[in-house]
Amino acid sequence: MTETAGPEKVASAEQIGLSAREAQATPPRDEASWARKVDRLEVDQREGVRGTNVAGRRLTGPVQGFGKMWQKTYRMKAGSQIEPQHAIAVWKEHFPEFWPKGNRFAGALTGINPGDVALLDLALGGGVKLSTGVFVLYADQESFTLMTPQGHMFAGWITFSSEKEGDETIIQALVLMRANDPLYEAGMIMGGHAKEDKFWAATLIALGQRLGVPDPQVHTTTTCVDSKRQWRHARNIWHNSAVRSVFQPPRRSQKASAENK
Amino acid sequence: MSAPAITMDVRRFGDSVAVVDIKGEVTASCEPVLMSAYEAAGGTNKLVLNFAGLEYMNSGGIGMIVTLLVRANRQRQQLAAYGLSDHYREIFELTRLDEAITIYDSEESALDGVVR
Repeated sequence: MTETAGPEKVASAEQIGLSAREAQATPPRDEASWARKVDRLEVDQREGVRGTNVAGRRLTGPVQGFGKMWQKTYRMKAGSQIEPQHAIAVWKEHFPEFWPKGNRFAGALTGINPGDVALLDLALGGGVKLSTGVFVLYADQESFTLMTPQGHMFAGWITFSSEKEGDETIIQALVLMRANDPLYEAGMIMGGHAKEDKFWAATLIALGQRLGVPDPQVHTTTTCVDSKRQWRHARNIWHNSAVRSVFQPPRRSQKASAENK
Repeated sequence: MSAPAITMDVRRFGDSVAVVDIKGEVTASCEPVLMSAYEAAGGTNKLVLNFAGLEYMNSGGIGMIVTLLVRANRQRQQLAAYGLSDHYREIFELTRLDEAITIYDSEESALDGVVR
């Protein structure tokens, strides 16, 4: 996670002699890094993914999730030669290429920018694909954050960032999440957490290899931030994209069906 | 992680309400400052965050506020906020934090609201 992000640090309004009114009129320097407010997601069809369970969905943060709240950090040391901005630029530009095989991420053609919606097909095993999406909540030169919609496995966000610790560049993914509903919570207990850990470790290693990190290693830290389940959100199960994906035809069939009309 | 460019001062209103004046940048690196302000506000059951001095916040900062919210909920403390500019109020709405942290326009209305 970065402390300094986006444009170069600037002095406070007081330091540069702005009046309170002028300071109010000056846009905050993080403004361009945040997505504009959306109530429900809108998305166009993308090649290579089914594209279901996203349009019309609301975003879900940790407040709206059901399960225990977890913070997971996946960290990789990248040596002293790679600058954090370069690591993040490569990650943003080639984000889908670092995902483990069998999973697809169809983002906007322009890369990862605040407000973009990406469509995902995730391998659940047994040939079943979970179709969902993510929303780019925040993006600057040293970090970017994806937030999940209703029906996704988890409610929360994941921040990808890079920073210098002494001479060493650290690259990390930080997940702050609750399972979205009781079914996902059961799934997380029965191997879901391990699968997720493996997913992000593999992603970081693939990024490290692209950046030329010799023998990239990922260190995982997991903290239970809140052990209470939020039973008032159990009804999130109505939107469960895994269940819905099982009953939705695969993309090829949809295309064939459209062609047959 | 670099040193946090932030200060948080705690003002108490009686035994039950504390206001935390946040000035500077809210990022992941401000966790120690935020948590020590939270400790300083210990013993109250209503915590009001004053964001009028907020200069910058990234997604790590929003994560910190979620963590604070969890702590407050665990202690059965009510969390409220005021002083958010339109930009930061929109971020609270976008991340749906406003569903758990009541947002007020001023300190007066926040204190009225939490005491009621």
